[in-house]
Amino acid sequence: MTPRAVLTARGTGLALLGVLPLAFLVVFFAWPVVAIVGRGFTAGGVGAVLGDAATWRLAGFTVASAAASTVLAVLAGLPVAYLLARVRLPGVGLVRTLVLVPFVLPTVVVGLAFRTIWPDGGVLSLVLANAFFNVAVVARTVGGLWSQVDTRAAEAARALGASPWRAFRSVTLPALAPAISSAAAVVFLFCATSFGVVLILGGARYRTLETEIYLRTVDLLDLSGAAALSLVQFAAVVAALVVGAIARRRRDGAARVRSGVDGARRPRGGEWWVVAAAVAVVGLLLTPIVSLLVASVSTPDGWSLAGFRALAGTGVRGTLQVTGWEAASNSLRAATDATLLAMTIGVLASVVLVALRRAPGRLARGMGETMDAALMLPLGVSAVTVGFGYLVTLDALPGDLRTSPLLVPLAQALVIIPLVVRMVLPVLRAVDVRLRQAAATLGASPGRVWREIDLPLTLRSLVAAAGFGYVVALGEFGATSFLARPDAPTLPVAIAGLLSRPGELNNQMAYAACALLMVVTVLAVVLIDRFGAVRGRSAVGEF
Amino acid sequence: MKRRAVQTAVALGTVTVLAGACSLSGGSGQTGPQTATVTLVTHNSWAAPQEVLDAFEKQSGIKISVLKQGDAGALTNKLVLTKASPLGDVAYGVDSTFASRALSEGIFEPYTSPEADRGPQRYAVDQEHRMSAVDVGDVCVNIDTGYFLAKGLPAPASYADLADPKYKDLMVAEDPATASPGLAFLLGTIAHFGEDGWQAYWKKLKANGLKVDSGWEEAYTKDFSGSSGKGPRPIVVSYASSPAAELGEDGKPRTKALLDTCYRQVEYAGVLAGGKQVERARKVVDFLLSQQFQVTVAANMYVYPARQGVDLPAGWAQAAPLPQQPAQLPADKVQAGREKWISEWRSLVGA
Repeated sequence: MTPRAVLTARGTGLALLGVLPLAFLVVFFAWPVVAIVGRGFTAGGVGAVLGDAATWRLAGFTVASAAASTVLAVLAGLPVAYLLARVRLPGVGLVRTLVLVPFVLPTVVVGLAFRTIWPDGGVLSLVLANAFFNVAVVARTVGGLWSQVDTRAAEAARALGASPWRAFRSVTLPALAPAISSAAAVVFLFCATSFGVVLILGGARYRTLETEIYLRTVDLLDLSGAAALSLVQFAAVVAALVVGAIARRRRDGAARVRSGVDGARRPRGGEWWVVAAAVAVVGLLLTPIVSLLVASVSTPDGWSLAGFRALAGTGVRGTLQVTGWEAASNSLRAATDATLLAMTIGVLASVVLVALRRAPGRLARGMGETMDAALMLPLGVSAVTVGFGYLVTLDALPGDLRTSPLLVPLAQALVIIPLVVRMVLPVLRAVDVRLRQAAATLGASPGRVWREIDLPLTLRSLVAAAGFGYVVALGEFGATSFLARPDAPTLPVAIAGLLSRPGELNNQMAYAACALLMVVTVLAVVLIDRFGAVRGRSAVGEF
Repeated sequence: MKRRAVQTAVALGTVTVLAGACSLSGGSGQTGPQTATVTLVTHNSWAAPQEVLDAFEKQSGIKISVLKQGDAGALTNKLVLTKASPLGDVAYGVDSTFASRALSEGIFEPYTSPEADRGPQRYAVDQEHRMSAVDVGDVCVNIDTGYFLAKGLPAPASYADLADPKYKDLMVAEDPATASPGLAFLLGTIAHFGEDGWQAYWKKLKANGLKVDSGWEEAYTKDFSGSSGKGPRPIVVSYASSPAAELGEDGKPRTKALLDTCYRQVEYAGVLAGGKQVERARKVVDFLLSQQFQVTVAANMYVYPARQGVDLPAGWAQAAPLPQQPAQLPADKVQAGREKWISEWRSLVGA
């Protein structure tokens, strides 16, 4: 084959790989969103809402509070990432697992927990609660890359007389920048579209674009107002993505990863301060969790396991259609489907993205960057917009998916795919091109290069992404509550159902179900980390 | 190398087994050939004993498949959005607040159930009987009776009392924009004080330290002192039936609904226009109005049966009697005013 023919063949191969992710995004995201926003436009009145000063105040508050939460989550997440990646102490494995727990808690439960701890917290409690959910994103994403960053450069800097802080700032931090900016972008999107927490902690006083879109769509059926706000939300999200992309591009290729290294050791000297900070963060994360556990076993008449016993039933007079245990099983099954789907699509998309970035020519790179941003959009668009979009579009597909139980994992996958891409992509890109070129020169096919070079180097990140995706699916509430059928609720949906009824037992059962959700999460994370430890040769989770 | 191959095989095997066992796609129950499935689209509060549904399936050969779609407002709006291609055959849960929208959008088709003359007709909203009343659920101010006894304060009873400085900082209500009891309470004040008077009343409520939450959950379980949450405020906007769920150890209710502050919400069922099994859908409406189903609604959904002569559960007569003179606004008036009132309320009380 001539070089040109090789290039074309590779292009065709890439295009084939890219078809599945693209098709999925178009059918389950772009089409429904465009359809529902389009209805708003045909109704007219979009311009009036866009011209309203209140709309822009709303946008300002949304962006500012999300940015504040993001900064907080990054600051709190970095010491924890350090702990997970670089420190060998008893209990680190436990922290790695525990740090994910906040992420799965239903927003209504965390909102209520914050309300209990802090009755009239206002904006501050709102910002804190959103950060609380997302520390795990930073800790796990940055920690994943950190554990694979070559420590020799930092050690050389230290040997040459740099202080630990200087070595961190000028060697390690730049190497971590892709993961930090990835994590920050994801956290920002989560915070900017956070719904339940804002509703509960913001009360009637603080509103964001997300709560307003929900209100206008679901309660008022004011589709044109919702469409206008969706446009503003969309613009804010795209702006955030562009900023993130620019930050990433500036640091391009900074990280160099090695497989099989284990740079974790006992901390020395000033490093203990970082460990102490991480422990403090973990302690703060555990506070609402402990208060939930306490609530699950306390009644006005003292301690009781009544809530847990009630999990075998369906709540007071059939509040739920299934038992608590069945809801747990539904959660596990839906999350499994969603994770498999999201891993397939997310990894395919990452491979295509990396290839496009590496390909010569502006066009390919431009395509890569556009696709990269497009993959993130599902995180930045309101779940209610997508959900209502499904209502007006998916009946056109065979089998009326609108009422199918399969819609739940599909929608969950939509949320997980961006996370998979963000976790896998930085590591995949950081793989030394020269290794791949050497393998290709020695006659390896592109598939073989991927299997022998990329896969071993990125395996830990793949496992971490799958684990994280699974946990996100377990805790997903926004889209799930919208789509889950009452005969197959997931745990978070069941918990919200229980909390919406009067009666002590329902309340206790809800908290017991939260405890169950936490246990299920911890078990799932332990299992997946174990699996990663076997497959990745060096430990992902050390227990 | 060999060890790696084995590990890979084991890993792949595990993933396959897990994927197979854990998937949602398998294991959904198939119904027999003699039963037909009718989809009932309803709100999140739907709850019915399985035995009653099973008995109906046996009698009629109709299996009811339930699809919950949010609260009454969300349900109505989704039905409107999907009217060209309905989500199901029957809908239950559109309430009097949203009845006008449902009727003017034509989401239901006319059907006069033979069961409707046993009481539901009292709540009829249109001549063509497109919607049949299934139950009524009144929203009333609830109080924690123990709190007032302990403080030696006379319990409040009327709208006017709630604005009395004696009861400063004691009340919590819900945002009418985000919670349906909040909206019902607002409509109650509009019915009571008139379209010109309600704003002045709410100003007084606000000045008297009213707290507003987004949802019923926060208000009732976190801020109200009479629920399991043991919050700080003894006055809350909830339902006439709530005290039935708050019985003390002696079987006596710990809370009370103020019957002079109630607003009536009627919940309707109807046959969805454009559905494929109209005959069976009608049978499901008949079932919802039948004695068999009506006797379950109080215990399961905390609402009152629309049918006459249906017994309430034991204890309700004392804890949660049906309010006799609740306020109510005509459906078309609510439809015309709702958005304006909510936005006026928001600039008055919210923000």
